Amino acid sequence: MRMNKRPFRALIALGVLALGAGVAAPAHADDLRIGFLAPRTGIFTAIGTDMLNGFQMYLDEHNGMLGGDKVTLIVEDTQGKPDTAVTKAKKLILQDKVQMMVGGLLASTAYALGPVSTEMKTLYIGSSATADDLAQRQVAKYPYVAFSTWTPSLPNHPLGQWACDQGYKKVVAFAADYAFGYEQLGGFQQSFEDCGGKVIQKIWVPLGSKDFGPYIPTMKSDADAIFTLMVGPMSLQFPKQLRATGNKKPIVAGGTSYDEFVLPFMGDEVIGDVSALMYSAAIPTPKNEAFVKRYRSKYNKVPSYYSEGNYSTAQWIDEAMAKHKGKFPGPVEFIKTMSSITLDAPRGPVKLDLATKSPIELDDMRNPIENVYIKKVEKKKMFGYDKDELWNTVIKTYPAVSEFWHYDKAKFLAQPVYSRDFPPCKYCE
Amino acid sequence: MGTQRAKLLIVAAILAAYLYVVPHSSSFVVLLATRAMVFAILAMSLDILLGFTGLASLGQAAYFGVGAYLTAILASKFHFGLGWDFWLVVLAGMAIGAVLAAFFGLFAIRATGVYFLMITLALGQCVWGLAYRWNSLTGGDNGINVTARPSFGLDLTNERTFFFLVFGFFVFTLVTLYLLVQSPFGRSLTGIRERELRMQILGYNTWLHKYIAFIIAGAFGGLSGVLWAHTNGLVSPETVVLTTSVDALLMVVLGGAGTLVGGAIGAGIVFGLREYLSTLVPWWQYVLGGVYVLTILYLPTGLMGIPARIRQGRGAAKTTPSQSGKGEKLASVPTV
Repeated sequence: MRMNKRPFRALIALGVLALGAGVAAPAHADDLRIGFLAPRTGIFTAIGTDMLNGFQMYLDEHNGMLGGDKVTLIVEDTQGKPDTAVTKAKKLILQDKVQMMVGGLLASTAYALGPVSTEMKTLYIGSSATADDLAQRQVAKYPYVAFSTWTPSLPNHPLGQWACDQGYKKVVAFAADYAFGYEQLGGFQQSFEDCGGKVIQKIWVPLGSKDFGPYIPTMKSDADAIFTLMVGPMSLQFPKQLRATGNKKPIVAGGTSYDEFVLPFMGDEVIGDVSALMYSAAIPTPKNEAFVKRYRSKYNKVPSYYSEGNYSTAQWIDEAMAKHKGKFPGPVEFIKTMSSITLDAPRGPVKLDLATKSPIELDDMRNPIENVYIKKVEKKKMFGYDKDELWNTVIKTYPAVSEFWHYDKAKFLAQPVYSRDFPPCKYCE
Repeated sequence: MGTQRAKLLIVAAILAAYLYVVPHSSSFVVLLATRAMVFAILAMSLDILLGFTGLASLGQAAYFGVGAYLTAILASKFHFGLGWDFWLVVLAGMAIGAVLAAFFGLFAIRATGVYFLMITLALGQCVWGLAYRWNSLTGGDNGINVTARPSFGLDLTNERTFFFLVFGFFVFTLVTLYLLVQSPFGRSLTGIRERELRMQILGYNTWLHKYIAFIIAGAFGGLSGVLWAHTNGLVSPETVVLTTSVDALLMVVLGGAGTLVGGAIGAGIVFGLREYLSTLVPWWQYVLGGVYVLTILYLPTGLMGIPARIRQGRGAAKTTPSQSGKGEKLASVPTV
């Protein structure tokens, strides 16, 4: 008889579980409900914190209101895994009834969230997560997705041009072996070779490598410069090991190799290294200076492009919502409004020359057009801080760069997405 | 075997309750229940190896992965498997899992213990490497999006309808594997787990029996992969990565190896904690870790071992305990 009671106990347990699940947060019709997806556990937690801090800071500065609307921000942990991102996104939409999702860090997250946004007809603003193909060739498949910060190859087309302008003829590439690495190197290689330069060797190192000893000696010695694309802890280790071997060649790098997320932890060996990105904490504008100071006093850290990107995304939502008088108009209409706004973000230039293109605006591919900064690491005092620190000093600004650079859009879209094999390494032998 | 029948009744009652309660819950719970069931199928397939044959495999994600990639590639490149032909894809998914297992088994089955673990780990990573590198086929790091679910009279884009479909496959797997382990063949697997040498002396070709068990586990791994591709809508190397294999292994150990339903319970708990609790509290990882540690420390036979332990405890009060060897402990594991 004892046995027969168990199904009922199980039933009760299940019932309790279901009850607990049914209690969702009450949805207020007049609130703006935003789901924020970022890694909160796992190896990418620190970057997720930078993202969230940026967004939160804008909210705090505006009393938790965007466009006159009280914001309910629901943060969900993607754990840095695309499959979890899908679950969490659906939770945000189904249970929390959010009007939009913001965030995502890894390209794989962007690829996971695109279909969710299409399926659920919900706006997704990729404020950190981005991927070339999603923003270019597959853009029609995902009509409710907009990328507010960048696409991976965007800053590297200008970087290729810049490297060519420095007179570098031959470059060895040393990049992390995954999609983001392919797209970063692809952008650099295409514009560099179109200008007459040659990428003579590509060395792919596994993502997350911490010892470059086996790879550095295989580098060809007749290169004029080295292109690198490192991510996270890899960024710290590579310059150290490279310079320790006595290699003094100039480095031109993808933005994540020297962004403000890793820069404070770097040694003096990185002084003089050049990288390209749409943000540097050392952009010498009053607006950025004020932003850096506010951010630093609040979080005791220099803002990285993750912070700035999410801060300006919040600003963008604010301005777009204001145009709709605080009433969310639906994803398509909202993206249209976003693209009608010229955002004066911390990373944009102060002097707004309305005769030319504005600092950031979405093109019809729903991706930003923005300034790209070529930056050199320098040790100096900046913004009145009294210590010598490493800063990404801006040495050249390419204004209003689109993801297509100077290329014809149709032609660019006709070529395959940048990958391990494209553009082909014509000058490798 | 009255208790056996009672156990079957309990499982059936729980399944019926589950089938009634979940669709009446919030959409998010339906979604999680669906995902957990797909992993339950994977965990049960692994249990055939771990619990019944005594082979701890760290490569079960490989079959999960090929099933998922097959579905995704057929759907995205050939628009195949989005109508009635979905059932063909199910068969193909099971077949490809079985074929891959048949191939891997040639290398793996000769090893035992920790060597078996290492070989399956290595073979599983080979599949991950292929998924990561074979850009033209798998989309590399970006993976493949499966944007449409099959429709054949049923509207599977509806999460509740899809839940019922996955539930059907879950019950199918549970019943099939249950019949399998109850069959003479299943008994021979248990014999191999307990003492392989004795089985050999009795005249069993133990290599062949293990090989067949390996292939069957691969086939059901493939099935779970097919379902995962449509559940998740995205197949990427993350699907095939080592942690998926480890997750499956932990689910089985948590629920109780050698019990089939243990894997399902483990899957439910892991998904509940990792994907549901994590929406409520930031310290969910401590709970999950605590559950793992406590289970390993105090319940080596998993959560399904609780009734047996209670019974043992009561028995011990009456008579003197006779806990002598490992064999007895394993024998006390319930078979359902």
